[in-house]
This record gives sequence, structure tokens and C-alpha cells, in this order.
Amino acid sequence: MRESIIMKIHYGTALGAVALVAVHILFRMTQKFSDSLQYQNVLANYHFLPYALMLEVVLVLLAVHGFNGLRVILLELKQGVAYERVINYGSIAAMAILIAYGSRTILMAGMGI
Amino acid sequence: MATVEIPKEQKAEVPSFSSPATDKPTTITLRIARSNPSEGTLTKFDEFKIPVQKWTTVLEAILYVKQNFDHSVAVRYSCRQASCGSCGMKINGKPSLACYTKISELDSNIITVEPMNNFPIIRDLTVDFKQLFSTHKKMKPFVISEESEITSGTKESIQTPKDLEKFLQFSYCIKCGLCNSACPTMSTDSSFIGPQGLTQAYRYVADNRDKGTKERLKIVDQSHGIWRCHFAGSCSHVCPKGVDPAMAIQMLRGYLLGFGK
Repeated sequence: MRESIIMKIHYGTALGAVALVAVHILFRMTQKFSDSLQYQNVLANYHFLPYALMLEVVLVLLAVHGFNGLRVILLELKQGVAYERVINYGSIAAMAILIAYGSRTILMAGMGI
Repeated sequence: MATVEIPKEQKAEVPSFSSPATDKPTTITLRIARSNPSEGTLTKFDEFKIPVQKWTTVLEAILYVKQNFDHSVAVRYSCRQASCGSCGMKINGKPSLACYTKISELDSNIITVEPMNNFPIIRDLTVDFKQLFSTHKKMKPFVISEESEITSGTKESIQTPKDLEKFLQFSYCIKCGLCNSACPTMSTDSSFIGPQGLTQAYRYVADNRDKGTKERLKIVDQSHGIWRCHFAGSCSHVCPKGVDPAMAIQMLRGYLLGFGK
């Protein structure tokens, strides 16, 4: 993939994550912070489908943005064909693993498992 | 005879360096970094006491050392007027052209000269420009146009002053390498194209006679290309010709993000 497309995704995910995390924080402010961390309240977020979907989107945005950022930093630190291949595929794998694990949590909590 | 009184605030400040006609020259200490990587020697600094006038440049001081103390000091120079881009070096920590830097402007009696950062050292103050020139060449530094072939019916390619303004300052680059030397990204990413190459790419992309925009954007749009610039701006700060590579890089990014042309 061309670097400009990757960077467009990088900037897009940053903007999306800022907007959605702001929504997430605003939701926390509808009640006392200590209350929002109560077990039942946390679980209720996952049972509310639109909110659970938003958390899933936040997870994808942050995973893509974060691991691409890490990829960029690591590519600047060291160069070499083999090293760069490991970093590129490694960050895609890390993204996929984090999204899969986070989605599993959201699904399990949403379904009450 | 009529005399003109100069208002106090317009009077030039008296320089700390001696007046050419009256006083004796000032003496400064010139510290020159000496190293020879091919022989594996570590960098050491040799110190020389040099008499300077207020117009003496750093290059002239180095040449004074070569003439009077140690002829083995390795330094590259040619035009002595900031046109050839040969005498780039770190002067008191800042990448500058030795021929374009007057000692009197440095406000110090100790002048330290070192080879430029981000370039392999050949010896002493001389660095290897191989990568700079090869990157410059990769950017296709010429106008790509089918109409550039001259035939009997060829007419001149007309450009308005506004068209010229878009790229003129970027064509002042003398390939001295100071921008690459000051670039913080280049110090960690040896594969980075660098501000010089990216500026040259923009110089031709912004030229309305050029039809090679796609080719050039493809070259700069790679993992060690334009996106690795952190916009520190030090490249623009050190350029002796007033070129603004940081701006060229941002403009080129604009093209890649779809804001250009």
C-alpha cells in the first residue's frame, strides 16, 4: 500500500478516535465518575448496542492508529529490508490480535457471558 | 561644506572587532575537528590562534591554518561566495557555509568547526555527498515535457511571474547539504530522502511546464519518503540561500493529500 494512503488512514483514525473518545468521556460525565465505574453500570454500556458498537469502532481506530504510529517510529529507528518487513507485518498482526481480543471482550460482555 | 547629522538611533553600533584602517587584528582560537575514519582514528580537536579582521570568514581562517600551521587539514571549498555549496560544515554547532560566515558575526573568540552531521566523514571537515547527489538525481531534477524537444516550430514556454513565483526560491538550492545536516529525521533514518531531495521534487512539481508530477510523487510517496518529515523546520533555518525546504515538504504533502493543483 502506498504510504500516502496509510497516512490518510492514520490521520483519519486520529480524528475519528478524538471525536468518539470525546463522546465516550461525555457519556461518563452523565453520572459521577465513581458511579460510572460500578460493575453494573459498566456492564450496562455493553448491553446498549449503539454504545457497544461505538466502543468497537474506538477499538479499531485506536488499534490502527496506535500500531501504525509505532510502525513509523520503529522504521525511523532502524533500517533494513528484513527488519522493515518484520515491523510492517508485525504491526498488522498486532492490530489484528488487539482488535480480535477487544472485540471478544465487547461481545462477551454484550451477550452477558 | 554641508554636513549631515545622523540621528543617534541610526548610527551603526561599533563592532567589537577592529576597524580595518586603524587597529590591529583580533586573535581568535580556531578549533578544527580532525578525524580519518578510513584509518579508524577518533575525532580530536586541534586548536590554532588566528589573527582575524572583521571581514574574515571561517573559510579564510581555515585556509590561514593550512597556509601557516598545518597544511594537512582537509576542507572542501571552491567559489568562496556561497554559490558552489562545497564548504558546508558545522560552525559553533550550526550547519553553515564557511565562506559565508564571518567570524565577527559569531560573537565568540573560540570558533569550533566540525564536519556536517548525517554525512559519512571522508577526513576532517570533508564529508561524502554521494547519497545527497544520488537522491537529488532520483528526484528527476529537470522539466519533463514532450514539448521540451526543440524543433524548428518550437516556441518558448511562457510563464507568468505568478507561475515563476511558485518554484523560484526552490531553484536557488546549491546542494550544499546543510538542510540534510540539520534534519533530525536524517540523524536516525538513513534511508530518508531528506529536505534537499524533497525540495527539489517540489521545485519541479510546482513548475507549470513540467508534466512529471505523478512520477515524482510516486518517488517521494514511500515509507522513507515525505511522510517521515517531523516539520522541525531546522532545514529552513540553516539554508544559506533562503530556500524554505520545510514549506516545500508541506506543499508536496498537500499534493499527495489532494489539496495541490
